[in-house]
Amino acid sequence: MELLRDILAWALILAGSFFTVVSAFGLVRLPDVYTRIHSAGLVDTVGAGFLLIGLMLYGGFTIVSIKLFLILAFIFFTSPTASNAFANAVYSAGIKPLLAKDNKAKDGDKKEGGPSST
Amino acid sequence: MLFAVATIAVLAAMGLALVRAFLGPTVFDRVLAVNAFGTKTVLLIAVLGFLSGRPEFLDIALLYALINFISTIAVLKFVRYADLGKPTRERDGEAMR
Repeated sequence: MELLRDILAWALILAGSFFTVVSAFGLVRLPDVYTRIHSAGLVDTVGAGFLLIGLMLYGGFTIVSIKLFLILAFIFFTSPTASNAFANAVYSAGIKPLLAKDNKAKDGDKKEGGPSST
Repeated sequence: MLFAVATIAVLAAMGLALVRAFLGPTVFDRVLAVNAFGTKTVLLIAVLGFLSGRPEFLDIALLYALINFISTIAVLKFVRYADLGKPTRERDGEAMR
């Protein structure tokens, strides 16, 4: 039982670390503000969720777990609110989302211009 | 070992978020990167507490999560209206007069 709990905690913490790194890569690599908002939202739900639940399992049922649960609940409620505020602010600032058509045209330019660093 | 791996992963993610904060073409990219950086700071404090075997720093992480959200909303409002005290709608302004 103890072993099972530890294995589950390890798996959750490793999954949380993985998704945190993936989300940060998305933040650097994605082409558009809106897609970057999506990528930053990933760490708040999947990354923080897995990491904090894994730490809760590891810590057992103590005051530490309760604090971790409070952090998790707070991130869980505020992160979508912040993402919504971001999308609203970006849209009302007049920045249009990058559509598939524009993206293809951009790729075409890149091919004509030869290998370019992005 | 496990917590060392998690710490390194969170630190790498924080570095990548800083890269976006420096590169960001628009101001929203920068604010978004700083917001993501703050969330990862909360995770880093939580993991570091377990790494050092003294998970008493979680109060700081909780406080940081609260401040991070409020400051993001405040900065977004400041970017849009260039004034934190200004009402966000005309209707509200009339009601206040």
